[in-house]
Amino acid sequence: MGTAVYNGEVPTPSLTGFTLPITAAMGAFFGLIAGQSTGLGGLLGIAAGAVVGAIVAYILVTMVSYKTGRWGAIVAIGLIGFFVGGNLGLVVGLIAGALLGWCAYWLHLGKYRRSLPPYATSGQVLWHNSFKFICGAIFFFLIAPIITIIPLSFNAENFFTFTPEMLALDPAGYSLQHYRDFFTNDDWLRPMKNSLIIAPFATIISVSLGTLAAIGLSQSHVPFRRAIMAILISPMIVPLIISATGMFFFYSQMGLWMENTFGISKSLSGYIKVILAHAALGIPFVIITVTATLVGFDNSLTRAAANMGATPTTTFFKVQMPLILPGVISGALFAFITSFDEVVVVLFVGAAAQKTLPWQMFTGLREQISPTILAVATILVIFSILLLATVEILRRRSERLRGMSPA
Amino acid sequence: MKLTTTLLASTAMTLASSVAFADGHMANEMTIVSWGGAYSASQQAAYHDPYAANTGVTIVNDESSAEAVAKLRAMNEAGNVTWDVVDVVASDAIRLCDEGLALEIDVDTQLADGDDGSKASDDFGDLLVSDCFIPQIVYSTTAGYRTDLVGDTAPTTICAFFDTDMYPGKRSLEKRPINNMEWALLCDGVAKDDVYDVLETEEGQAQAFAKLDTIKDDVVWWSAGADTPQLLADGEVVMGTTYNGRLFSLIEEQKQPVAMLWDAQVFDLDGWIIPAGLSPEREARALDYIMFATDTQRLADQAKYISYGPARASSAPLVGKHATLGIDMAQHMPTDPANATNTFLYNYEWWADYRDDLDAKFQAWLAQ
Repeated sequence: MGTAVYNGEVPTPSLTGFTLPITAAMGAFFGLIAGQSTGLGGLLGIAAGAVVGAIVAYILVTMVSYKTGRWGAIVAIGLIGFFVGGNLGLVVGLIAGALLGWCAYWLHLGKYRRSLPPYATSGQVLWHNSFKFICGAIFFFLIAPIITIIPLSFNAENFFTFTPEMLALDPAGYSLQHYRDFFTNDDWLRPMKNSLIIAPFATIISVSLGTLAAIGLSQSHVPFRRAIMAILISPMIVPLIISATGMFFFYSQMGLWMENTFGISKSLSGYIKVILAHAALGIPFVIITVTATLVGFDNSLTRAAANMGATPTTTFFKVQMPLILPGVISGALFAFITSFDEVVVVLFVGAAAQKTLPWQMFTGLREQISPTILAVATILVIFSILLLATVEILRRRSERLRGMSPA
Repeated sequence: MKLTTTLLASTAMTLASSVAFADGHMANEMTIVSWGGAYSASQQAAYHDPYAANTGVTIVNDESSAEAVAKLRAMNEAGNVTWDVVDVVASDAIRLCDEGLALEIDVDTQLADGDDGSKASDDFGDLLVSDCFIPQIVYSTTAGYRTDLVGDTAPTTICAFFDTDMYPGKRSLEKRPINNMEWALLCDGVAKDDVYDVLETEEGQAQAFAKLDTIKDDVVWWSAGADTPQLLADGEVVMGTTYNGRLFSLIEEQKQPVAMLWDAQVFDLDGWIIPAGLSPEREARALDYIMFATDTQRLADQAKYISYGPARASSAPLVGKHATLGIDMAQHMPTDPANATNTFLYNYEWWADYRDDLDAKFQAWLAQ
């Protein structure tokens, strides 16, 4: 068994010296989690997990074929999990079974070095796989906190807690009450409406001004380009709390002036103030993305257009704009998200009538830890994913239509 | 291009009209600042909704009471006060009144008489601690414990917090010296009447910190009223202090295995102030709201939604049953005789003098 049998071009690694210990280590890791969560203790869990891992690896690689082995491991460990930990144990067991089975075959069949050339040394193989593992871990730690809130938002209770019913996957532990609360409660609907008023207006202003600024700043004859650029980018660099304090005093006076001069109401002037403040925060993003696309813009196109009698305005809309549109759109997206997520500036500049969703979530977290916040967060996460996906699909489509394929 | 233009134009039109729509709705509105959560909900049901129905005023809730003093100062400096009525604790009201940021109220002419015919000044009595402050509720900072995590003998005194042998596990205390220093001294053998005299001296303060030191590793410090209920519901702490209404909601509404430990509860007052510097129309409306919201019936109504005691003596007999649970509310009031067998009297004036100093010392102690 321990002898090297050539399987294609990859030698089968030693069972007792390689496959068994590594699978056992993986089993020990699952055992540690299981032991801690069932209260059996971490050490007992590690020991039991290591034994189970080694047994699984041994049975799979010596006795059964690949397909049967994978399914067999899933079912067997799933059942063990079910008897130890009920419904939740079943789910965890199924996952652990799938991973242990995969691990055993991945090692035994030499799949771990499939993507490497045959002459790679053991050190290179180890580094290649460690690197993959580190990448996976980074991905996990980025995503896990966001994923955790999704099941919690279906909590039947009013706390940020996985209740015993939820852990047992009992339907009684789950409910849609927090989503219902969000869609019926005026405390949430009003901020939602405010966010949907403020963010698009702030986006329109930052996109128009930011695009114009980027085009101007990319012309070589503009004086003090770097200084102007630095000033326009500064809202992104200056700590937000400092911008917010300055904006509070500046816009308070401006609001009073607008109310006295134009006779507009306090709430309208409040919206204008927040929209302008958010537009200032969004402009740097638009400038940066549009400047980046302008780098690849061929200026002979505008000269050609002028040569054919087009006015600068026509040239801009017919020639330049379509080419820099991807940059404008991604800048707009950043500006929108900046305004939609912003809580510090609106806390200072806005009055309660302009309360936005992040503001409501912020006070909600402080004063009343209600899972409605998690329901809102879940909705916003899905909304952001849809928004980004749509823009990306549209961008690819337009590039395909114009015969450019994404790199 | 034409399509894009049309789309953009129509989007802009929709947005503009939605702002105009929102604007039309908010023309006759007032901003009321409060604490949020179940407390704001009780004010909404007992005061805001009936007032809005009577007058057609739209009430906007701002949950900024926690930073009311700082924000009012900033608004005053900027010359643009956007709040109409603000709910603050008594000590904040005293500070705001001293700084001239709150309007002085003539209680007998600007507030309603009691239903029993008593003058407002008699009806509120001792609770009128400042010229600007219109008391609304009496609440207490008190403790609760997990019934399933404290073993066979349930705690009966506040000193259970300092007894980690009998009650192992974490406990949550507020991240400020007020109350904690007093409780530490009480549990270190200082008589109730001597607490503030002892706390005035350096040795007394050291004694209190030494007592707190014995449990420092077991304390989770909270800063928002919602923290302790969450920690208790999680089972992360075995006992914790918070406002009594939060514990009521945790026990009676959320049905968590938690019980009240009323021992050495500290009473405090919460009420309204009207910011100074409002335009005459806004000030008149704020006063009209206050007149309505602090009459005998309205104060008694609030107790239907949250277990805080009404500030008027004439409201007490009108306290009835909880609006949705149907349980008798009187026995859940911090002022109920059964709950108030051992209460601690919080000394406003003493804390006004020593707060800054002890806050600094407390923060330094926390950081050690």
